Amino acid sequence: MARTRARKGWHRYLNGVTVSTTAVAIFVLLPIYWLIVTSFKTPGAVGDNPPQYFPNPLSLTNYQVAFSQYTFGRYIVNSAVIAVIATFLVLGIGTIAGYALGRLPMRGKYPILLVLLMISVFPEVAVVAPLYLLLRDIGWLDSYQALVFPYTAFNLPFAIWILRNYMLGIPKEMEETARIDGASPLKTVWSVILPQALPGLFTAGIFTFTACWTEFLMALTFNSSNNYRTIPVGIALFGSQFTVPYGTIFAASVVSVVPIAVLVLVFRKSVVSGLTSGAVKG
Amino acid sequence: MAPITIDKVTKVYPNGFEAVHELELEVADGEFMVLVGPSGCGKTTALRMVAGLEDISGGTLRIGERVVNDVSSKDRDIAMVFQNYALYPHMTVAENIGFALKLRKLPKAEIKKKVEDAASILGLTEWLDRKPGQLSGGQRQRVAMGRAIVREPSVFLMDEPLSNLDAKLRVQMRAEVARIQRRLGVATLYVTHDQVEAMTMGDRVAVMRAGVLQQCDNPQVLYDHPSNLFVAGFMGSPAMNLFEASLGESASSALVGSQRVALPESLHTTRPALRSYANRPVILGIRPEDLLVEGDSIPTGSDYSPLEGDIELVEALGSELLVHFTTDAHRVEAEGAREADAEGLNAGSLTQGGEGVARVEPRAQLLAGRRVRFMLNPARLHFFDATNGKAITS
Repeated sequence: MARTRARKGWHRYLNGVTVSTTAVAIFVLLPIYWLIVTSFKTPGAVGDNPPQYFPNPLSLTNYQVAFSQYTFGRYIVNSAVIAVIATFLVLGIGTIAGYALGRLPMRGKYPILLVLLMISVFPEVAVVAPLYLLLRDIGWLDSYQALVFPYTAFNLPFAIWILRNYMLGIPKEMEETARIDGASPLKTVWSVILPQALPGLFTAGIFTFTACWTEFLMALTFNSSNNYRTIPVGIALFGSQFTVPYGTIFAASVVSVVPIAVLVLVFRKSVVSGLTSGAVKG
Repeated sequence: MAPITIDKVTKVYPNGFEAVHELELEVADGEFMVLVGPSGCGKTTALRMVAGLEDISGGTLRIGERVVNDVSSKDRDIAMVFQNYALYPHMTVAENIGFALKLRKLPKAEIKKKVEDAASILGLTEWLDRKPGQLSGGQRQRVAMGRAIVREPSVFLMDEPLSNLDAKLRVQMRAEVARIQRRLGVATLYVTHDQVEAMTMGDRVAVMRAGVLQQCDNPQVLYDHPSNLFVAGFMGSPAMNLFEASLGESASSALVGSQRVALPESLHTTRPALRSYANRPVILGIRPEDLLVEGDSIPTGSDYSPLEGDIELVEALGSELLVHFTTDAHRVEAEGAREADAEGLNAGSLTQGGEGVARVEPRAQLLAGRRVRFMLNPARLHFFDATNGKAITS
């Protein structure tokens, strides 16, 4: 017995899937909406009760304050430098390691992969103190490298996993052909493997960049000087003993989200195919 | 251009598995040599050793006069076509074909010219700017060929290059690959599991089984004079009918099931060794086309012997009929031959008992369920030693 009651108009869209999807979307998007809306309120209207659901008047004061009163521009530069360098290091090393673990005949591949997996779930807190002492002793506190290297180390395992899985999906004959054609191993990786591993690189790159961009604990611990502060630490330390400038914090947060959002939007197709490779060989 | 000499080449994997055992094969300059056998017989391993993709555990491999055992792939002056083509998906057809030349740092204009020449031979000219993903299976196959021929290598190696194509295209490309090879006159080693490809394309065919070369000769000789049971069962589709039989007193007849097939004196003059099998079991091989029925031309006054069977199924192929019949004789399976029967004509359905297949004239009046009387030309019968499977030829 088939129930085929034709639905008309908007009722067509009223079913379990759309309702629950909408509910989840609201749950996820509401805080983001609140973040954006609040950042455009005048500092005085931020704490209004009842709250303004849409800012009136629209104000850019919070943004001006973030960049003028605080050195938010400096934080952006610091974060960008550190995240970009760490990401490139991760991708560079990760590609070579992923290729080796995915493709080259070598002993102990699986123990290595297992150790990598363990490292990637290792709690950061456990190494912050020893790392602090180490960095202090070699005089790297308050510097870019104090964060670049730990970030590289912490994000490398996951990147290696993604890249390795991606490379496993590239037919072996591809390399063998290149070999017979006369390509050296590095040339093969560069002109045959890498172009095909691009989605994997994008995925690993975006994950690494995001992790570096948002990391808080190490950034707070290792770089206490204002000159080397990154965005998350900078935002957290906005304000003074007696005031918490919520408007400014919200504005700065919006600015810091933009690059990530843009990256994901631009590369979203590649990211999806990068994450699902290995599951479905294409 | 150079001949390939494979001299007692052996491949033993680290786990002790011997994939290829003392393979001896010589591919003459310009010759099209097909290496055929069921899956896992070592043919691909042999090819990969020639390509330098697999280490050689023992023996000597020469290309031309040069021993190349320890020469890397790129310095062997070979080109290889893979089953899955292994085209670079991010490069256009022209870039794919020209990649090897680019690696050799040839001037751009020369690369362009060579790529265009290769493309025109293969009919790819209008596709040069496409990516492999936009091409059909047959076109991709051509690009893979183009990549091989553009380098003007001294040796072509092909690993089942037609297996990924559909049946019709495969037949078409079969002729095309053979034509290109003849035109270029390059020594070619071609691996396939498809005995039809082997028969139709090869100047010579080498049949392998379990790492051991069984027989290497031109296709017709392989077909007419298989050296053992395996080759007999492998070459030809439908496969040769193999029945257990025992030779009578002074080998003047063979008992096949309950039927006695007379073996005339003429047979013994050509194959005297048969006498020594008197009163002993042998395996009798009959090609499907050697089972004649009324309507097939049987010369008058011939010494043909009858063999009867019950028709189980008649398959009309238009140009011929395939008659599946049963006898009370015991059928012998040549190991591995059935799985390799690429056309699949006699795989599956009829497996038990003493069934056989005959290929007869299309207008023959044969119906399933009837009894049929075949006539056998004794000169066309094959006899094999029942203990070691070797053909009794002399």
